Amino acid sequence: MPPDHNLDDYVDPYAPGHRHSADGKPGPLRVGLGGPVGSGKTALAAALCRTLGAEYDLAVVTNDIYTTEDADFLRRNAVLPDDRIEAVQTGCCPHTAIRDDITANLDAVELLESRHPGLELVLVESGGDNLTASFSYGLVDAQIFVIDVAGGDKVPRKGGPGVTAADLLVVNKTDLAPMVGADLDVMRRDSAAVRNGKPTHLISLREDPSAATVAEWVREQIRARVLV
Amino acid sequence: MTSALLTLADSRLPAGGHTHSGGVEQAIAAGIVHDPGSLATFLRRRLATSGLVAAGLAAAACGAAAERLAALDDEADARTPSPASRTASRQQGRGLVRVGRRAWPSPLWDALTDRPHHPIALGVAAGAGGLAPRDAASAAAYLSISGPATAAQRLLAMDPLTVAAVTARLSPDVDDVAERAVGELPAATDPLLDLLAEVHAARKDRFFAS
Ligand SMILES: Nc1nc2c(ncn2[C@@H]2O[C@H](COP(=O)(O)OP(=O)(O)OP(=O)(O)O)[C@@H](O)[C@H]2O)c(=O)[nH]1
Ligand SMILES: [Mg+2]
Repeated sequence: MPPDHNLDDYVDPYAPGHRHSADGKPGPLRVGLGGPVGSGKTALAAALCRTLGAEYDLAVVTNDIYTTEDADFLRRNAVLPDDRIEAVQTGCCPHTAIRDDITANLDAVELLESRHPGLELVLVESGGDNLTASFSYGLVDAQIFVIDVAGGDKVPRKGGPGVTAADLLVVNKTDLAPMVGADLDVMRRDSAAVRNGKPTHLISLREDPSAATVAEWVREQIRARVLV
Repeated sequence: MTSALLTLADSRLPAGGHTHSGGVEQAIAAGIVHDPGSLATFLRRRLATSGLVAAGLAAAACGAAAERLAALDDEADARTPSPASRTASRQQGRGLVRVGRRAWPSPLWDALTDRPHHPIALGVAAGAGGLAPRDAASAAAYLSISGPATAAQRLLAMDPLTVAAVTARLSPDVDDVAERAVGELPAATDPLLDLLAEVHAARKDRFFAS
């Protein structure tokens, strides 16, 4: 028998917002970290683990393009025990793996959830990509797009779904602004112009390795989720 | 046949297939696949062995009851000597169950384990979508070459039109395999594919999960 095809009142019981773990709780908050190659995604993941690790039960999924470089970095820096880091292969297509066919990432998230039933936060770092990269909300509940000032102060103006639509835009490496001649005020203004009121944080992980403002934003998302 | 078959065989169905190369990534590393001709040879070989086996299992699983599905899953194990290939098959089976449950709701899904072999999940999806065993065999046979063909295209930067032509020209072979597979549980094996899968799984530097 072909399945019911009346879709007028269709609500997908598994869709984000309807997702529940076995005990009926909403499950961990899943936060995507996307952005161009080298902007500081892994450095931010490490910072969040260090700052939030004592408060929340957390884990990380990495989407290295070819190697396990990012996962190894997190392990080496002893930010997280091995069994809280999962690396997925993305078949030459980091973008597909976080947006179009999220299967491998869902497998990794679910593996971490089953291994650590009390999990409260899962960070999913995408492979370094370009300005069009964005996460499907079937995979994450919120996404942070990380760019850096070294790419030039034009980047926020160029836009793209990462810059315009991410729940939080992080402009990292402000310490490098004088070196590359980037105008932080221009970046702040251009971001505000395309982001429709959504927040932008200018940070330097070199100067603040705790990523204090981003960590606070993540805390707010977790609190908001618990209240729903 | 209903158009559910088109959805099932569509490479855009989000079931995780794009992260598997079906041995092509390792075949390229070993110098076995390097141009359209060698790709066609590889695909034909894969179709005749693991494609045929998958088609037989998928056809048998289409419309099968719970106990039969469990037995078929064991049959799939027995026909997949490489542990790496078994893992890859179960990974893809899990991915298909995840999307299949939502696309074609049916109590049959509950008869499956958490990670059934891919052909078994494919048979159940076909049944739940109102398809016949011969359709399930077609989908399995086609998928045994379409994913690997795309993987080769990406890894070798091949002309996508050439790869599409290679895949399309294998259609008669795909139909033949699907036709022969129904009503049988073929047990063709290929030591080369098993070897490639094992060598590949041990690598740290790879783009694809298999
Ligand atoms: N000067 C400066 N360097 C930074 C800052 N944050 C990160 N870096 C450096 O930038 C480089 C890239 O950082 P990663 O965290 O690996 O960047 P990524 O986005 O994860 O890179 P991919 O995963 O390869 O795309 C590293 O050498 C970091 O040490 C910063 O705030 N200032
Ligand atoms: Mg990284």
